[in-house]
Amino acid sequence: MDIRDIRKVARLARLEMSEAELETMTRQLTSILNYVDQLQELDTSNVEPLAHPLPLQNVFRPDVPGESLSVEEALRNAPVRAGQFFAVPAVLDPADDLSH
Amino acid sequence: MNTPYQIIVGLEVHVQLMTKTKLFCSCKTVFGAPPNSQVCPICLGMPGVLPVMNEQAFQLGLRAALALNCQIANFTKWDRKNYYYPDLPKNYQISQYDLPFSYEGYLDIDTSSGSRRIGIIRAHLEEDAGKSMHDESGRGGDSKVDLNRTGTPLLEIVSKPDIRSAEDAETYLRELRLLLREIGVSDCEMQEGSLRCDANVNIHILYSSDNGEEIAATPLVEIKNLNSIGSVGRAIQYEAERQYEAFQKDPKNYRFGKLLKTTAGWNEARGMTQVQRHKEEAADYRYFPDPDLVPVVVTAEQIEEVKRSLGELPSQQRTRLQAAPFSLSAYDAQVLTGQGRKMVAYFEEVAKISDPKSACNWLTNEVFASLKERSEEIDQFPIRAPQLGELINEMKQLGIKREKARDVYQKMLAENVDAKTAIDQLGYKPFDDNLLLDLIRKAIEGNRKAVLDYKKGNEKALDRVFGTVMRETKGMGRPDRIKQLLLEEVAKIEA
Repeated sequence: MDIRDIRKVARLARLEMSEAELETMTRQLTSILNYVDQLQELDTSNVEPLAHPLPLQNVFRPDVPGESLSVEEALRNAPVRAGQFFAVPAVLDPADDLSH
Repeated sequence: MNTPYQIIVGLEVHVQLMTKTKLFCSCKTVFGAPPNSQVCPICLGMPGVLPVMNEQAFQLGLRAALALNCQIANFTKWDRKNYYYPDLPKNYQISQYDLPFSYEGYLDIDTSSGSRRIGIIRAHLEEDAGKSMHDESGRGGDSKVDLNRTGTPLLEIVSKPDIRSAEDAETYLRELRLLLREIGVSDCEMQEGSLRCDANVNIHILYSSDNGEEIAATPLVEIKNLNSIGSVGRAIQYEAERQYEAFQKDPKNYRFGKLLKTTAGWNEARGMTQVQRHKEEAADYRYFPDPDLVPVVVTAEQIEEVKRSLGELPSQQRTRLQAAPFSLSAYDAQVLTGQGRKMVAYFEEVAKISDPKSACNWLTNEVFASLKERSEEIDQFPIRAPQLGELINEMKQLGIKREKARDVYQKMLAENVDAKTAIDQLGYKPFDDNLLLDLIRKAIEGNRKAVLDYKKGNEKALDRVFGTVMRETKGMGRPDRIKQLLLEEVAKIEA
């Protein structure tokens, strides 16, 4: 891990960090990764990859409608609202639209 | 079309599955509900909630995947795709990354140059995001967010880049829509967003330079905001030409591999793609397995059961209609199948009573138009298959001409009566040989000169007599029979 990786990860997580913070993070994350890296010493060639820690599979819910929140309840935590909508600052750079 | 390049297209299609509730919670998925009225802590992404998979959504996904000839993974899991956007309240979308539940399928389409097989890379389940409405005033006002759609179950179907023209892309989408509707997976209404399509487009150009000839490929552009099947075709056509021009301007650098994939929005009003700058690095979604959802294991028995329940798929239907006893043309088979299974069943019933060609003609010439006019589906249509079959048979037997038959049909439709009653009430009576002979003899009497002219060798002269008889039958006599009887009668006359 070097500071460029940290900068990239911070940007992806939308975290604003000072140069000093980035340096601290680089040091700390490197140390955490090194610690976890010890696991690489184990021979896992005969171990099935684990997709989930619980020995559970095929947990389903029937397709039956239930109660939703009221609009008022749904919007209660909204910092800003516009009528029945959540209001959010416009996304300025369309290139940041990674989504659709 | 003759172009100096080859279009290469892969389509990513999202369809909304026909469930009553969302993928991970029991909120409804009704289209057009008041904003933010179909949300709960789970789809709002509140901390501490637990999503649980909708069994019906998984079943519908399985149906679609099997109808698309996909392999089904016996083990599948869900992953978080992380990105920030105001209509994604959790800041991640639950999707499938490295272990999609289905992969490696295909869809056969009928193109103008014959049947083509379009490969399917994968089909996986994921949840939809909400809807943002941006301030159109240009003053940078707030965007409004409606989260009703968040968590709606989607099936993403990714084709291989096997599509070679705008027309084939449209055919692929129409075939996919028909298939998914027929097997009850999705209503595929593009206007309501239950079928959405992104097109990955680039072109291959035969390029000659100092280094000799080569096939040059342009960078990939993913076109979004395609709101109809027609706009998919138009956007692909436009984008291919745009890429060709961009390549001509900079053949060294406007190349696949030199520039990363970028996105473009399709502007329907202006009929053009608006391409964003090519990014310097690929999007990084930091996928990881979702710990809230447990894996799904599918057994071979389950797969067999779903396969058995699919019924006849449109491609199988087309093949069957072209074979005996129907022996329809490829075109007719395509047109009928395109109207759905109910229409095909109706056709088969009519064809069994009458004959396949007449049945098909009646459907495509009359019934389709009536249904459109009346905004009805074939199962609501008042003229049922046995009645239409009877009309066709009566028409043949009585030698009723097309226009008259249409009158009978309209009367049947308007007054809900059967073919025989309608024919009777319209006064279209059958003309047997005795009746016809009477008319023929009278006509010969009244046209002595014409008959003599005919006898002298003027073949055309008899047309006059024939026309008189036809007029007398009000178009209800069978022309071939009248001609035959007339010739027999004339032959008896001494020249």
